[in-house]
Amino acid sequence: MIALSDYLIVGAILFSLSVAGIFLNRKNLLILLMCVELMLLAVNMNFIAFSHFRGDLAGQIFVFFILTVAAAEAAIGLAILVVLFRNRRTIDVEELDTLKG
Amino acid sequence: MSYEKFIFYIFAALLVYSASMVIVRRNPVHSALFLVFAFFNSAVLWMLLEAEFLAITLVLVYVGAVMVLFLFVIMMLDIELAAIKAGFVRYMGVGALIALAMLVELAMVVGPAHFGLDKYAKPAATPANALPNTEAIGEQLYTVYLYPFEIAAVILLVGIVAAIGLTLRRRPEKKTQNITEQVRVKRADRVRLVKMDAER
Repeated sequence: MIALSDYLIVGAILFSLSVAGIFLNRKNLLILLMCVELMLLAVNMNFIAFSHFRGDLAGQIFVFFILTVAAAEAAIGLAILVVLFRNRRTIDVEELDTLKG
Repeated sequence: MSYEKFIFYIFAALLVYSASMVIVRRNPVHSALFLVFAFFNSAVLWMLLEAEFLAITLVLVYVGAVMVLFLFVIMMLDIELAAIKAGFVRYMGVGALIALAMLVELAMVVGPAHFGLDKYAKPAATPANALPNTEAIGEQLYTVYLYPFEIAAVILLVGIVAAIGLTLRRRPEKKTQNITEQVRVKRADRVRLVKMDAER
């Protein structure tokens, strides 16, 4: 039988991979956005696993709202990316240093 | 090994493989397509967890809408791939180290010692005459979670307005009608009567 910990570890692996992706892909803002989507997927996996094993539907409802917010976030993030590329001709994170951060 | 376990390991392995391809591939189109594959695989895992509605929603919303938007943006921007390739190796070490440390810590917390089958037993199989998953979620969503549901709708509306407002571009050289001025125009703005002597 598949235990709850199996699903949680799949979620943990996904989350760690997306953290590594944020470190690796400093040149491409698009892949950073994709890594954020992957992170949300890992979190959703945990929510659904707990919802199933505890017999509580609230976890699935929460995932529904996360999906909604993530869709809006992706739309706005990509819009910002397009405007950024139109103004600066680059989506390289290291060249976006106008704020001297 | 039971059939269920077999399915779980196959699709979990494919999920991890496609997730790692998302971050390793240099071509953003490949990354996006592997992310689509990852969403399909996790939809299967959610099916195993009896969350049928969310599994279908993941495929419809993410694969059908969000990832298509991603691909659309990737193809709209002309990013030079050679520049992206550079500097990848520089962060390889620190990225892998942090991810590995994080994975070990997470595995110690969520591992079988705390969330194994002896702690959380497999829930009993859902009886055939039980409320379907979609109906159960709908019932909760339209009663207990009605206000959050409406707020989610407003968030989506704000998302639409923000995305259009950000990317809408007015070109000064473009010739368009100004409808308000056209409607508001008076006879006096257009017609001028000139008094002239009649010619003979």
